[in-house]
Amino acid sequence: MSTEQLKTHAIKIGSIKGSGVEVKQETLETSIRIDKLNLFYGEKQALFDVDMDIPKKKVTAYIGPSGCGKSTLLRSINRMNDLVDSVRINGKIFLDGEDIYDKSVNVADLRRRVGMVFQKPNPFPKSIYENVAYGLRIQGINDRRTLDETVEKSLRGAALWDEVKDRLNENALGMSGGQQQRLVIARAIAIQPEVMLLDEPASALDPISTLKIEELINELKEKYTIVIVTHNMQQAARVSDFTAFMYMGKLIEFGNTSELFTNPKEKQTEDYITGRYG
Amino acid sequence: MIKAWFKSGSPWVWLNAAAVSMSLILVVGLLILIAVRGLGHFWPKDIVEYKYNEGSQPTLIIGELVEISRMTAKEAKASGYKLPDNAKYLEQRLIKTGNRDITGADFRWIQSQYIQQESYPEDLIVIERREWGNFYGRLIAVKEKGQIIAEDDQAYTVAQQRIDRALGLFDEIEHLQKKEIGAINYALERLRLKQRRLQLEGKWNEAEEQTLAAEKASYKKSYQELQRQLSQLNEKIRRDSLVVKEAMGRTVEIPLAKVVQMLQPNAMNIVEKSWQYVVKFFDFVSEDPREANTEGGIFPAIFGTIMMVMLMAVIVTPFGVIAAVYMREYASQGLIIRIIRIAVNNLAGVPSIVYGVFGLGFFVYILGGNIDQLFFPEAAPAPVFGTPGLLWASLTLALLTLPVVIVSTEEGLARIPKSIREGSLALGATKSETLWRTVLPMASPAMMTGLILAVARAAGEVAPLMLVGVVKMAPTLPLDGNFPFLHLERKFMHLGFHIYDVGFQSPNVEAARPLVYATSLLLVIVIIGLNVFAISIRNHLREKYRALEN
Repeated sequence: MSTEQLKTHAIKIGSIKGSGVEVKQETLETSIRIDKLNLFYGEKQALFDVDMDIPKKKVTAYIGPSGCGKSTLLRSINRMNDLVDSVRINGKIFLDGEDIYDKSVNVADLRRRVGMVFQKPNPFPKSIYENVAYGLRIQGINDRRTLDETVEKSLRGAALWDEVKDRLNENALGMSGGQQQRLVIARAIAIQPEVMLLDEPASALDPISTLKIEELINELKEKYTIVIVTHNMQQAARVSDFTAFMYMGKLIEFGNTSELFTNPKEKQTEDYITGRYG
Repeated sequence: MIKAWFKSGSPWVWLNAAAVSMSLILVVGLLILIAVRGLGHFWPKDIVEYKYNEGSQPTLIIGELVEISRMTAKEAKASGYKLPDNAKYLEQRLIKTGNRDITGADFRWIQSQYIQQESYPEDLIVIERREWGNFYGRLIAVKEKGQIIAEDDQAYTVAQQRIDRALGLFDEIEHLQKKEIGAINYALERLRLKQRRLQLEGKWNEAEEQTLAAEKASYKKSYQELQRQLSQLNEKIRRDSLVVKEAMGRTVEIPLAKVVQMLQPNAMNIVEKSWQYVVKFFDFVSEDPREANTEGGIFPAIFGTIMMVMLMAVIVTPFGVIAAVYMREYASQGLIIRIIRIAVNNLAGVPSIVYGVFGLGFFVYILGGNIDQLFFPEAAPAPVFGTPGLLWASLTLALLTLPVVIVSTEEGLARIPKSIREGSLALGATKSETLWRTVLPMASPAMMTGLILAVARAAGEVAPLMLVGVVKMAPTLPLDGNFPFLHLERKFMHLGFHIYDVGFQSPNVEAARPLVYATSLLLVIVIIGLNVFAISIRNHLREKYRALEN
């Protein structure tokens, strides 16, 4: 995508969000552009013609009832769906203008640029330190000082450093669920991705841990483009700048969060956020 | 009422509990039986002296009481034994009388009714000899160069000192023969093979001939020197002898070179006996067998068993793990992989002797034969690898246990949560990096489980080994000080086969029976030891990767 296109694109998003929003148009660059994405699991189609431009260094939330395809869409962005045997995709996704489904793309490199945090904390059965250093070691970085620095920086970035700095060599599985989830976030930011995909990151956590994760998301958006799937509409309203509502594999509405929640354009969106179904 | 009891589920609980207790009793009972029978063998038994009269003339019988058996008077009469009319039983005693060189048998059955007197005189001795089994009787005198130097009361003490000296000399002779002369023989054989190889390759020239001849000469020279030392030692060890009297009063002269040990068990107290017991047990596990395996120790068999099992583990683990990784992680899970999986499972059910036949036909003859042709043409017509040996036995057992390792590794891989794999992939790891860094370490306890099962099965297997490398008596261990130290082509001894051989193939079954139990016990201990080792590794790994429990 050329710079010209990007600019018009930014203006397009700006026009979606309407009047009462305090986001400056110039900063709205597109990070991820999803272009007529159709996805099939075997015979069953899970995504229908999804078009979406995800802005850089903003938090974009996907909401919608269970099975509406929001996680599938999220997992398309770092090609996690490739792991499913029967999956078939047409349409395109661009990351900074580059088609990620192009044959020349190295999937491992792509996933380095697009980090992901899953619903359930999934730390490796290694020490806290090694968990955070994992991505670096994969890249062949074994220099002790670099690792030490990155581990500290990442743990601080995930607001976990003060809690674990004295037990870096303990097994990560001994931590609480909320700590584990923040460790997983630290693990993801250690390899300095451009985009962070969060797949219901707080759904398995208690309210206090959830609050911490939400605060963390607010800090992280300074540096990263964040896409978050959530079941919890209050959470979407609290943490996101933009919200996409999906229903039955289709993108129904996408726009500025406050506008989508206060003044939805589509009837289905309104029904959902007012709790009539889902 | 009964119906309610059935419904309550307690019959099931009882049934299950009964099954568990049954297995427990069987296992414990088995171990206790083997332990008692086997360990009893090393206890120095008292020597009994019977005055015995079967009618014609009284005799003396000296020996160890082994067993008392009874049969009813009716049975006894039917078998043609004479009994007093009022007797209800015929009691017979099995006595180990030893002195096989004189009487021709080690054991003798006597009838209790003819025993006139039973006593345990303290001066009775038992001499453990290198040939002809034990001697039971009395010590008369000690001779040096044919001259009597001690008699009667002092004889025993002097004899013990002389025996210690002779044992020291014997060790030196053993060392010379096995280690030093053995090494020279080995080197000479290598020289011969080198010469033959050079000739075959057409590189045999005068320069080579001279260097080889020089080397050979130097070896020959040191050989002669060792030979001279050896004959000196032999001279020394032949100096002394014991004069002993057996039960019937005949005197015999036993050269000290043939004596392993002399004891007066009737004069020993419990502490001395216990010490003796420990010494005997240690000898049993650390020494070479003697007299067609019925006497002496079983060290080569223990060594061979452990060596073979370890080698097998080294072969089967990587092989099985790699196969399982391919089947579970890479192959598409279709019809073909299902058929392969069924085939692997069935492979576990193939009788082990079939593996033995396969090992002999494929590994030994085809593989070994070709290796010989390609790499050892100089040894022909003698085979090097083209004959049963340690390598082929380990390979055959590796094949036999391969299904176990594959199946448990596959199960282990299947149990790794998807979320862990995804977590690794999402950090930019490739599939193989994920496998190596996360999945395989986490599946390692399952691999160890497979290995434990494999070891348990392999260590107890005898039938296939008889075809591919185990022998009754191996002159050398597969591991020694001669380059290349580990001799995979050598034949070896094995505890399982040793049990079979001693128990069923030996000329002296009665004498061998306690050894069968003792060897069985050792085999069980070795297997338990190997298992405990593997299990402790597994537990360590489990502790390390306990993510699966979450």
